[in-house]
Amino acid sequence: MHHHGGMNESTSTFEWLSLSMPFVLLIVLYIVAVIYSNKKYRKWPVYRTLCWITGISSIALACFGPIAEKAHSSFQAHMFTHLLLGMLGPLLLVFASPMRLVLRTAPVKIARGIAKFLKSRYVQWITHPILATILNLGGLWVLYTTELYSAMHSVFLLYILVHLHVFLAGYVFTVSMIYIDPTPHRTSFFLRSTMLILAMAAHNILSKWIYAHPPAGVELMDAQAGGMFMYYSGDAVDLIIVIVLCYQYFKNRLGRKTVQT
Amino acid sequence: MNGLERRKSNYDEPFNFWSGILFGLGMVAFIDEVVFHQLLHWHHFYDLSTTNVGLISDGLFHAFSWFATVVALFMVADLRKRKVWNFKRWMGAVYVGGGTFNLYDGIIQHKMMRIHQIRYNVDIFYYDVVWNVLAALMIIVGLILLKKKKTPSPLKKIGDV
Repeated sequence: MHHHGGMNESTSTFEWLSLSMPFVLLIVLYIVAVIYSNKKYRKWPVYRTLCWITGISSIALACFGPIAEKAHSSFQAHMFTHLLLGMLGPLLLVFASPMRLVLRTAPVKIARGIAKFLKSRYVQWITHPILATILNLGGLWVLYTTELYSAMHSVFLLYILVHLHVFLAGYVFTVSMIYIDPTPHRTSFFLRSTMLILAMAAHNILSKWIYAHPPAGVELMDAQAGGMFMYYSGDAVDLIIVIVLCYQYFKNRLGRKTVQT
Repeated sequence: MNGLERRKSNYDEPFNFWSGILFGLGMVAFIDEVVFHQLLHWHHFYDLSTTNVGLISDGLFHAFSWFATVVALFMVADLRKRKVWNFKRWMGAVYVGGGTFNLYDGIIQHKMMRIHQIRYNVDIFYYDVVWNVLAALMIIVGLILLKKKKTPSPLKKIGDV
């Protein structure tokens, strides 16, 4: 609880620096890897680097700073941080294709280890659209329909775990739907679209549920504004995933199912 | 590879049809959202008399209509690329898809599941009649367009150019 108080006071310069350090480091590492990879392979697209920078920044913004501090008292602000941490951030990171970059630049031994990990049973399970959807949307339902939401604000460890889960589940979900990084375990377009539709439905049903049944400790007006924000912003990010999913499928379809006349 | 040649497949007819159905469904849901929810503010975001089944049905349909719109447009792009887009048949299917969705929305979702009403603080009866009659008319127009598909298909003309 004492940490909580510390977060609300204006953050000192030292705190700012130490909190932003890991995020800055991730961006620097990525850029170094890009420069290194450009010397050996085809040029790494600039948009991927931009996606990485904006993606990492979104997540940083959700973790500390003015919006993250406001999220402790305002449900609307909380919803905004969740959009950044669980949907927009992961999507941008997926567009940045970090695994491909690591495989290009890491020493062969390490790269082999990573490739082996990507092919493992564990990754196959966790990135299966059904499990990824349950982890992602199930987690949100548990968070907002049980006592977890209010408990999270009083126990700091819970707060960290919940946010870590929201990010990881969001990333795994995105990876299970669209294939931008090397993806050894692929599932059918039909299965992925079905799960995506169910996930979108579960998301907008939950946002209406929140609109009508505020989580403990949230005022009705705040919950209504937060619920509506969740509904529309979720649709916007999901729309991008739908477009990429369809684009990838139809790009390949033309060659497969037609005969020339 | 020459992208201009016409490529046919046995799936082109149903492909045209389903693309139209999906687009009609998505378009009507989109118009519903923009006109009735956002511009007129007739519909409510969430009406507290909604049943739980209604909430689930609305959520599924909303998600599906988003997806359907995008898929339908990719299907059209695919059909056009192969020069086998039958516009008339497609439009017919758009009307049938849109009308069916409106009829479902008007009768099952508004009336039986009470998701929300068309408008509040007015005599709702006339609104419901207009809504459902329009939906039925859309289906009829669509079926007429679909029926006439035996006339020399426009895709031959496109193929000749």
